[in-house]
Amino acid sequence: MYEHDVIVVGGGGAGLRAAIAAHEAGADVAIVTKLHPVRSHTGAAEGGINAALREGDDWELHAYDTMKGSDYLGDAPAIETLAKDAPEDTITLEHWGMPFSREEDGTVSQRPFGGLSFPRTTYAGAETGHHLLHVLYEQVVKRGVQIYDEWFVMNLAVTDEPDPNDRTCHGVVAYDVQSGKIEGFKARNGVIITTGGPGQAFDHTTNAVSCTGDGQAMAYRAGVPLEDMEFVQFHPTTLPSTGVLISEGVRGEGGILYNEDGERFMFEHGYANNAGELASRDVVSRAELTEVNEGRGVEDEYVHLDMRHLGAERILDRLENILHLAEDFEGVDGLVEPMPVKPGQHYEMGGIETDENGKTCIDGLYAAGECACVSVHGANRLGGNALPELVVFGKRAGYHAAGRDLGEAEIETGYTAGVEEETDADLPVTPGEAGIDASEPSADVATDGSGQIVDADALLERAVEAERERVAHLMGRDDGVKHADIRAKLQQAMTQDVNVFREEEGLKRALRAIKECREMYQDVYVEDPSRTFNTDLQMTYETRNLIDVAETITLGALVRNEFRGAHWRLENQERDDENWLKHTLISWNAGKPSIWYRPVILEGEDKTYEPKIRSY
Amino acid sequence: MSTQQEQQTEPEEPETQEAPADQEMSGLASPQQQRLQRKEAGRLERERAAAEDDLEEETVHLKVFRFDPEVEAKQEPRFDDFHVPFERGMTVLDALIFARDEFDSSLTFRHSCRQAICGSDAFFVNGRQRLGCKTQISELDQPVRVEPLPHQEVVKDLVVEMEHFYDQMHAVEPYMQQEDLPEGDLEEMRQSRENREKIKMSTRCIWCGACMSSCNIAAGDNQYLGPAAINKAYRFAMDDREDEEIKEHRLRIIEQEHGVWRCQTQFSCTEVCPKDIPLTEHIQELKREAVKKNLKFW
Repeated sequence: MYEHDVIVVGGGGAGLRAAIAAHEAGADVAIVTKLHPVRSHTGAAEGGINAALREGDDWELHAYDTMKGSDYLGDAPAIETLAKDAPEDTITLEHWGMPFSREEDGTVSQRPFGGLSFPRTTYAGAETGHHLLHVLYEQVVKRGVQIYDEWFVMNLAVTDEPDPNDRTCHGVVAYDVQSGKIEGFKARNGVIITTGGPGQAFDHTTNAVSCTGDGQAMAYRAGVPLEDMEFVQFHPTTLPSTGVLISEGVRGEGGILYNEDGERFMFEHGYANNAGELASRDVVSRAELTEVNEGRGVEDEYVHLDMRHLGAERILDRLENILHLAEDFEGVDGLVEPMPVKPGQHYEMGGIETDENGKTCIDGLYAAGECACVSVHGANRLGGNALPELVVFGKRAGYHAAGRDLGEAEIETGYTAGVEEETDADLPVTPGEAGIDASEPSADVATDGSGQIVDADALLERAVEAERERVAHLMGRDDGVKHADIRAKLQQAMTQDVNVFREEEGLKRALRAIKECREMYQDVYVEDPSRTFNTDLQMTYETRNLIDVAETITLGALVRNEFRGAHWRLENQERDDENWLKHTLISWNAGKPSIWYRPVILEGEDKTYEPKIRSY
Repeated sequence: MSTQQEQQTEPEEPETQEAPADQEMSGLASPQQQRLQRKEAGRLERERAAAEDDLEEETVHLKVFRFDPEVEAKQEPRFDDFHVPFERGMTVLDALIFARDEFDSSLTFRHSCRQAICGSDAFFVNGRQRLGCKTQISELDQPVRVEPLPHQEVVKDLVVEMEHFYDQMHAVEPYMQQEDLPEGDLEEMRQSRENREKIKMSTRCIWCGACMSSCNIAAGDNQYLGPAAINKAYRFAMDDREDEEIKEHRLRIIEQEHGVWRCQTQFSCTEVCPKDIPLTEHIQELKREAVKKNLKFW
């Protein structure tokens, strides 16, 4: 068994930032990650990091833009914390050597981004995430933080009180991908989940293959609610053949979208008469698909993004990476031709419910970054707000887990007073269940007679034993269903029916397909008999995580019968503030999900945000 | 760990990587210009392949290196053949994923972002270090031979041990060491555009290890820092935001016995770098800096 004060699960931007903060606060901290940290998906972020740094801008404007962009589903305390902490946290990155693009006077450059009332997106070319990831990793190396790389975390070790709010997390169970060894990692103070998004639930995504929602699924099954999972961001400019991201920076610098008839449709078809291409991502994604659906798409699939008029010099200075991506993955030279683009899954705005300090309702369990939902993005994330989220809330989670006092959080977590009762939605199948749990092993351990585990070590040992049995079970079969087939079925169902445009019948069809995936998973088996670097085994675990997370996305989308932000419904074309200014929460409850709600917090420090019609 | 094994050699030697004719040291073309030239060549090549159009109905023949220390049938290294249906735009990584998901679940390789930024899928493809995700099948001769990176210990199939590579990266103290920060938390350390431009290419390294694997010197001298680590040192040594004192400290690290002077300017690292970093040039520049500082010449 390994033991540290703070265990960070995941080595991307949020995880590295959390580890640095916990280390600063005096904790013995370790990072456990299934990749090496520099392989994390944060490296693929392109556009930039929003921070109010300049005269004429201030955190209040940033907070206002974010609240408006969220379609009033963000919580004010979270959004104001983001906007207030972002400037200092961004400059800290600069002090650590981050190679931001520069102005003539040597200060960092900023550029316009969708939905922002001030050009506050600080950037490093079109590869901001790469630099951010590497700078954070450098600082982790400098501090000598222990890293267990290529260790896949299989489960959390959480006590099993009936009410999740009474439970405590004491550590994690992980296996060394290289050797197959399964071990416990005890966390004296806390576990911080920073495992990123679940983009692999869809088959056209900008997300890395490693983005399988592991942390979300583990927290969910341990009893933490997943919040607002129906809000999936589709990025309007991804390459059609691969899903590779073409940064919003292209439009920020002046790139133009055309349909097949050469019309600048954002204006000519009235999707966003003021902001045009720089309207919010949900607006642009719907506009593009509408063009395609109405027969004005190129090859009935995509539209064109043109940046040629910006000139080679400016493109090479600020968007060089985009030229490489378009060339390598689509065979298009962005200097002489427009680039083909279409919407692709990009970001999960929902996630593990946390407060402003990264804390969940389970004691000792934290989350930060894309896997978490402190609710800064609400129904729609503004471009450039993911990177400040991961440094701001990664840092806060690290501090808090290490014992630093950050003051009382305003956001409540868990099923407490003030929440609305469960939904009585009409579901086509019983979600969850499907017997996945039937094959789950249960090892005998010492308890205090009431069924409760008496100490952390015993709890962890039981958790380790359970995973060893599970692996033996998966590898002991000679025949069955391949994880790849289940994953493909899941991805197709999600892409077909839980995409940019959604309708009730489709969502029900998706739920039925997810149920079938669960049934197939009953017979899943690991063909590769080796303990050495068994990606077959790892992907089998990941596929289970994807099923659980995909189900929460679909359930949330089905019950929320309104149109808000990224969540568009055919039957409900209006935002319904009267009934839906509330978060959807889904808890794993004795083998199946239960759905309940919590009101949005629109009261900020000095003002209350009044919901307005969102127009661009 | 019992994963040590000899790299299996094919009857014919892989093409050796010699210095390219158009040496980048000459300064005739910037990396960007070279990139644009290569892009044009690549585009023409693709157009030609598309015109022939006979790949459409065909399959791709992959020969993939296999080895597993734990599985009896794979303890003796071998090549497995896979025939994967070709689709336009297919990369080496796409073909490997297809082979794994459809034919053999035990086929093992690292990959994640599939957009040339995570650096985990560097392989030895048709005798050259390349990123699987960035290499179009249509530009390769068949059969496409995929092997693990040479000169690295093989863990299993295409997965190699990267610890030594990381150790070398860490050995150059790869982090900003400027202690005198500006007054006030919101004041940045200013950097000129010229200085950012100077270090820009060096900051693009994705730690894939292709350069290290292609370097004859690194192959023969396990202690040699190697092109990636030296490039990392360059990134900081040339950053004006660090003081002279720190720069001198950095130069002392890289001019040690197994540092920059080991480089024999064969350009193999520069040739294979998927991010077009002028590695050899950076190493030469650090040699010049070391000479200027009157540091020891090995």
